[in-house]
Amino acid sequence: MGSTTDEARDAGDRYKAGVIPYKQMGYWDPDYEPKVTDVVALFRITPQAGVDADEASAAVAGESSTATWTVVWTDRLTAADVYRAKAYRVDPVPNTGPGTPTEQQYFAYIAYDMDLFEPGSIANLTASIIGNVFGFKAIKALRLEDMRMPVAYLKTFPGPATGIVVERERLDKFGRPLLGATTKPKLGLSGRNYGRVVYEALKGGLDFVKDDENINSQPFMHWRDRFLYCMEAVNRASAATGEVKGHYLNVTAGTMEGMYERADFARSLGSVIVMIDLVVGYTAIQSMSNWARRNDMILHLHRAGNSTYSRQKSHGMNFRVICKWMRMAGVDHIHAGTVVGKLEGDPLMIRGFYDTLRETHTPVRLENGLFFEQDWASLNKVMPVASGGIHAGQMHQLLHYLGEDVVLQFGGGTIGHPMGIQAGATANRVALEAMIQARNEGRDYLREGPEILERAARWCAPLKAALDTWRDVSFNYESTDTADYVPTATPSV
Amino acid sequence: MPMTNHGSRITQGQFSFLPDLTDEQIGAQVAYALRNGWAVSVEYTDDPHPRNTYWEMFGMPSFDLKDPAGMLQMIAECRKVFPRHYIRVMAFDSTRGWETPRMSFLVSRPAVEPGFRLERQEVDGRQIRYTIHSYATDKPEGKRYP
Repeated sequence: MGSTTDEARDAGDRYKAGVIPYKQMGYWDPDYEPKVTDVVALFRITPQAGVDADEASAAVAGESSTATWTVVWTDRLTAADVYRAKAYRVDPVPNTGPGTPTEQQYFAYIAYDMDLFEPGSIANLTASIIGNVFGFKAIKALRLEDMRMPVAYLKTFPGPATGIVVERERLDKFGRPLLGATTKPKLGLSGRNYGRVVYEALKGGLDFVKDDENINSQPFMHWRDRFLYCMEAVNRASAATGEVKGHYLNVTAGTMEGMYERADFARSLGSVIVMIDLVVGYTAIQSMSNWARRNDMILHLHRAGNSTYSRQKSHGMNFRVICKWMRMAGVDHIHAGTVVGKLEGDPLMIRGFYDTLRETHTPVRLENGLFFEQDWASLNKVMPVASGGIHAGQMHQLLHYLGEDVVLQFGGGTIGHPMGIQAGATANRVALEAMIQARNEGRDYLREGPEILERAARWCAPLKAALDTWRDVSFNYESTDTADYVPTATPSV
Repeated sequence: MPMTNHGSRITQGQFSFLPDLTDEQIGAQVAYALRNGWAVSVEYTDDPHPRNTYWEMFGMPSFDLKDPAGMLQMIAECRKVFPRHYIRVMAFDSTRGWETPRMSFLVSRPAVEPGFRLERQEVDGRQIRYTIHSYATDKPEGKRYP
């Protein structure tokens, strides 16, 4: 650096009224080393024609932190350099640009001082990181790919109210995935008929049944009616099997007061779990997490709405960031993909989501879309939920891809069983237990899976009927959200 | 009268929907626990209420066990002393981030399982308070299953 006089002159130039490139405003610093206390974000940027990658990255850093479009002298009343986010690294995205079908994209690494964010507020964090910047004209498209949260910042969030460990202890269920189903048809059943589905599925062997995301309080079924009949079903099934059972009562409502009223009613009826939808918003989710913590309740989150911004690769945000925010916001369950089911999900990407939810520490693993090492600072683990188009015949694949700490939700795969709902539930439970047994015995269960299921089906008629009905059903469509790096790529952060 | 659910029996634990595990199969599960470095223990009860967390411990968890045979011997002894009780095997993981049971499965149960009665207390509005009552626990401990 030059002498004090030089610096004063430089500063004078820098703050002359007018418009200068973001790069020259201090938002681009290739020599910057992120501090352990910095929040770091990785964006995928498609610049407008004529905007170079460094300038586009600096603009994203600027617009997601302190900048406005022109120089303002009032910056000089603050420690402006601390508050400016700094783009410090820009890499071309593999397989984009000339010679590929995709326009040139760049990965921009941007560091933010932790003090830019209010402690314990996802709303505040997101207002910066995914605020105005996504509509910024100099950028054609922008996607938030990953974030590294400093431990000090994580510690300002209480995290999941219950977590995987305590959920299992409360339910007294260990060593196998939990089994669930979503009541179908999701709309139109009366409370009484709805509870019938819940009772049959739980008595047949499932651990949980679930409201769907859009079942709240409609003309065909008032929420109180649903709650009363569902809890009759849960308690009857628990008595019939000697197991703890549950039904995710969806307490999503038009107002926070409405949600609290519904949640309080669920608690007074003895439910072990309540449910909300992602569309209620980050602040409402954090409030419900606090409520769940106060009331010893498991909090299930349905990710309704996420695909509007997480599915396309060029613009929006990756679901793994939602996973991170939701672990911080404090939900206990979140829908995170099935790999083999009907909804979007590349196996490598889903592994990244699941690791983000369940591990205490995740290393950089580019093939899973994990761009940063993340220490989870003892925040509880979130139970991922696999739901949508899965059936008993895929049990070996589900266990292989998703592991043991997951809720497998077989909605159609339970309720659509030719011998009835109880038989459908039994088929799923038998298939699951047989597969866990085989895995623990050291068998190559992924390869031998179909044979393991066939053998169990010899003594279990419901499983045989399930396999006969759904054996050949699969949803083999190409995923839109896939890894940019092949598994052999060398982490270089 | 036996229970009316699948298998007419209590379905707690990892493997209650499978045919009863043979000793060889139990040994294979114990071996899995030991491979993972978990401590295995045997517990028994004649109060199988779903929220009866603390079954009686048949000795201490075997922290230093290397061979599943030792655990099979412990299970055999427990079965001999408590032939009409529920007996379960549990595996405890002391790893940071877990520190909790990782396995739990039944290895013995009474010949006949009468199950539970659901008691309903009608209270305000249409609300009902539910209690699950085990038929067997009307009798004192040790005399609950024929």
